[in-house]
Order: sequence, then structure tokens, then C-alpha cells
Amino acid sequence: MAPPKPKKYTKFRDVQAEILKSGSAIFRDANGVESLIVDSPYSIRYIHSYAEDSPFFLGLAGGKLMGSKCTGCGFVYATPRGHCMECGEPTEWLELPNSGRVHAWTTCQFGSEAFLKDTPYNLCLVEFDGAGSLLLARLKDCTQDQIWIGMPVVAKFSATPKYSITDVWFVPKK
Amino acid sequence: MFMVAGGVTKFAKAHPAMDFRLMVRKAWDAAVADAPNLTKDRIDGSRISYFSDHFTRQLKAASMVQDYLGLNPKGSVRIEWGGATGGECFQAAYEAVASGRMDVCLAAGFETMSRVQTWKGNEFIALASDTNYDFPLGGFYTGYYALMVQRHIHEYLRKTRFAHVKDEREAQRLATAEGSRIMSLVSVKNHVNALHNPYAQYPKQLSVDDVLRSEMISYPLTREQICTMSDGAAVAVVCTADRAKEFTDKPIEIIGVGTGTDTMRLADRPFGKVPLMAHESAKDYANLDYPGVHSFRAGRSAGLEAYKMAGITAPKKELDFIELHDAYASSEIQTYEDLGLCRYGEGYSFTESGAPFLPNVKYPFPTPKAGEIPVNPSGGLIACGHPVGATGLMQAVFAYWQLERSIGKHFGDTTLQIPNAKRGAIHSHAGTGSAVTVSILERGY
Repeated sequence: MAPPKPKKYTKFRDVQAEILKSGSAIFRDANGVESLIVDSPYSIRYIHSYAEDSPFFLGLAGGKLMGSKCTGCGFVYATPRGHCMECGEPTEWLELPNSGRVHAWTTCQFGSEAFLKDTPYNLCLVEFDGAGSLLLARLKDCTQDQIWIGMPVVAKFSATPKYSITDVWFVPKK
Repeated sequence: MFMVAGGVTKFAKAHPAMDFRLMVRKAWDAAVADAPNLTKDRIDGSRISYFSDHFTRQLKAASMVQDYLGLNPKGSVRIEWGGATGGECFQAAYEAVASGRMDVCLAAGFETMSRVQTWKGNEFIALASDTNYDFPLGGFYTGYYALMVQRHIHEYLRKTRFAHVKDEREAQRLATAEGSRIMSLVSVKNHVNALHNPYAQYPKQLSVDDVLRSEMISYPLTREQICTMSDGAAVAVVCTADRAKEFTDKPIEIIGVGTGTDTMRLADRPFGKVPLMAHESAKDYANLDYPGVHSFRAGRSAGLEAYKMAGITAPKKELDFIELHDAYASSEIQTYEDLGLCRYGEGYSFTESGAPFLPNVKYPFPTPKAGEIPVNPSGGLIACGHPVGATGLMQAVFAYWQLERSIGKHFGDTTLQIPNAKRGAIHSHAGTGSAVTVSILERGY
């Protein structure tokens, strides 16, 4: 049996709504040109390896922030790297302090589709004593008007780790 | 190497009646309309750009463009370089000709972003951030740019205009309000310029208050300070000096190209020294850690390389206009500094001076130095739209028309034509500043 004939719309927004409902629609533009538009879902399950970054994510699950230190020049990375971007030598793992300061921050009212449910959320780049680079993380337990650059923050770790960067977040240091 | 033709489609929220192949064909037809000798048998090959396979849901889409244009079996390669995809495609065509491999090369770019809903589109764009460390925090480029401008405001407004305010939080709050106001001047400029550009997606008569009161997206960036997603295509034809006259008696010479790069993650940006331009000295930046997350080292590097090749030492004086990558009003101000239109730290006062505004456009505030170095006379990404793979080529086309002095013919309105334009720059920017291209174009006749 032939499927029902697609409904016609002149607003693209209406086409999008119709696609979600019935799977197809016809868009008629200002010049009278008609285009058939269909729903076309697409999903992928990756078998993602954290590879050389694995100890960082395992560390989060154990309540530790792991950075890396260059075996050549001694530069300390708060977001770990396998090799030093300055001198090129391999790095070794080291535990970062649990507290730092806000280097930059924002409050996001939106996010990509997967994160809209989290809005609004705060992001911050954290600077640590003894490290030459920063770490990007969520900042919780505070609102936009309470956050400032230089604010002391402390790391919190998920009790139910998902092996994601979101297993760590920061809160204002009391 | 000369640019001898260019064409664009109108950029729109959605072009459902055209797929990417037809859009590129329309842009090609527009180029041919201006250069009737431009037949496909005179093209030696192509460089074809689009940013995201996710948006097309079609791998090897560039092959399908080559195919549709009837250019097989000539040489072609796909170019992808994030937000700078279009600018990189332009330079790839330049390189194909400069190397002697081709006499005439077509650079063609497109993006069809309307095929997914806005927040899914943001997700695709954010997949161009580190998927281990950055993406899972929100997957949101506007968030990354908000982080950067917060630090830019901190370095350059908090520590200057508000140095006298004792209370740190109050000083930061005042500095952010000031930065937001000045970013809004840029947003107004670009939207109002675009009222005279029929290719633009979002021309608008706006006030500073309209911009500030538009929806907050990621503090302090509001909706009107951010470019939108678009469908569109653009083409540019690059050829040797010998062949240029075949196509036009007004060839535009490409006198400088530059590219720069930086770390993918904002968190890894160094805190070092500024690579200086001629008008700067190390003393200017004695207390500045550079680039940090406040400036784009890739933009500075690209500018330095392109200026050196073009013999430019005073860009503000020696360029007549710049079309730059204003994906955010904040990044336009940051880019003024990267490209040496003013010193680092002077971007806000440079904006307020009116220098990047057009003298014969009416803005709802005073612009005393308007015309000093017009930036984004077309309306930029904020008002023209940003179909990523086409954007850098769109800039090349608008720059070409400026230098050919044919803005009146193409826009049906001479307002945006910069009188006596001889030399201009185009600037294309990827990621959080992980790659930038700068190309300098000059009247070659």
C-alpha cells in the first residue's frame, strides 16, 4: 500500500515539525518550487578507546585528578598530554592538587542537543598551582552572579563514575 | 597568482530546493555570468571544500560536486579545516597554481546546515573540539568563545578602565558590562552594513540595546552577537598571470597568503610572548601572558606571514578593508588585535573610535573615525551567515567585487563600495582559533 501523500508547507519550521510526526513533507518555497523532504535518522555506537589518556579517566573514577609532567623540560600539564608540546619529550603522570582558581568562566543557557537537559550550566577553565596549563570543567553549586575570575575552587568527583570528563566538576572553595 | 572570477549563492537558513551540488552550480553560474570566457574546459582542476560530513550525511561529497560540474577526469581534492575550510580552499587553489600544477584552478565550497535542527547542528560543530576533554562538558562552541572573551575582558578592560575599582567582583561585573556594550557596536555594524547586501542572511536595523537585550546564549554572548547556521555555496577562480586576461580585464592579484595554528584545546594554550608586528615593541606587552585564552596566536601568525609576503608593515594604513571571520562579535574585536589594526588591549577603544565602520552608512551612534579601515563591509558572518565550507570563499568574492569596484553592480546598491579600494585582506578562522588563514588581494591592473 502506498504511504499517505506528504503534506505541503510553505514554512521550513513547519516542515521540520511534520517530519518528526509523519516522516515526510513537501516544502513549497516562495518561487513555487516543491521539494520532498524525508526523515533520515542516523546513530552510531563507537567503541571509543581513551588510549594513552586512559589513566586520567581511571583516575577520576578513583577521586584523583591526574596531570602529566614532561620528562624533558618538567612542564606540568593540567590537561594531560602523552608528549610535551614544547620540547617533544614523553610525559609521566602526576597527581594534581584538588583545588585551583577560576581562570575564565561562562554560564551556558544552551548546549548541543545532548546537553540541553543540563542547561543552564557553568563552564570554567581552572588554573592550578604548579601547573602550566589549564583544565576545562563544569562549575557547580554557584550561580552566575557569584562566579569571578580568581575564585578559589575545589574538585568534586562522581560517586557513580561514567568514565567521562564529567566525572569531575568544581565547586567554590568554602 | 590572480583571482579572475567569483560567485556566491544567497546565504539562507535553508535552501531545501537545492542540494550541495546544485548550490555550487548556482555559484559557478554567477561567476560565469561575469566572466563569459570561463568555460569548464578552461579549468584545469579544482579544490572543493566543505566542513562536515555529518551535515551532508554523504562522504566524498566533494567528488559529487566535481562530478555535477562535469569536471571529471581532472584533478580535484577535498579541503577541510574547520571554520577556516573556505579560506584554506582559496589558498589550496592558489598553491595548485603557484606550484605550476595548474594554470586555472576552481575553488568551490559549500555547506548545507539546515539538514539538522539547530542544537544538533551545534553538536556537529562542537565535535570539532576535543571529544575526550571538551565536548562532553556541553558540546557548545558559543560556550568556548564566552570563556575566551571573559578572559579578554579581564585582561583588557578590568585591568585598565576598571583598575580603580577596589572590589574585585564589582570590577569584573562592570568590565563585562562594558565589554558587552562594545561587542554590541560590532554586531550593529555588521547587521546594518548587511542592509545593503542582498546576499546576506540577516540584515537588520538594530540598536546597541537590541543586541544587549537579545536572548542570552552563553554569558556574556547574546544571540545577536553570534553568527547563525546557513545553507550556501561560493566559488573563486584562481589562475596564472598569463591566463588572467582570458577571463577579465580586471584581474585581482593574490599578493600574500598566511596560515597559523594553535592547540585544539583552550586549556593547552601557552602563556608566552607576543610575536610582534612592526608597530609594536616588547615593552608594550611586558606584563602580558600570550596568547592564553584571550587571543588567537594562529591569527597573529597567519597575519604576519601574509603581511611579510605582501610587503605590508602598517596594515591599518596599507589595507583598504578587511573581511574577517566574525563568528562572534567578540572574535572580531580579538581579531583586530591579532591582525595588527591596533595593539593588543586596544581592540575595545579601536571599536569605539569607529575605525572599522563605514563612513557612508548611518549607525545609531557616533563613529568619528569611520572609514579608517572598514572591517566586514559586507556584514561578515554575523549578518551574511556562515555556511562553513563556503564562508572563506564568500569573503574572497566580496573582496574581489570591492577591488573590482563592482559592489554597486552586484548588490544593486553602491553604499558598501569602498571608494578607490586597492588592497584588501580576507581572514578565515577555525575552532577556538586552532587554525587561521589570511590572504591579501590587490588590484592587478
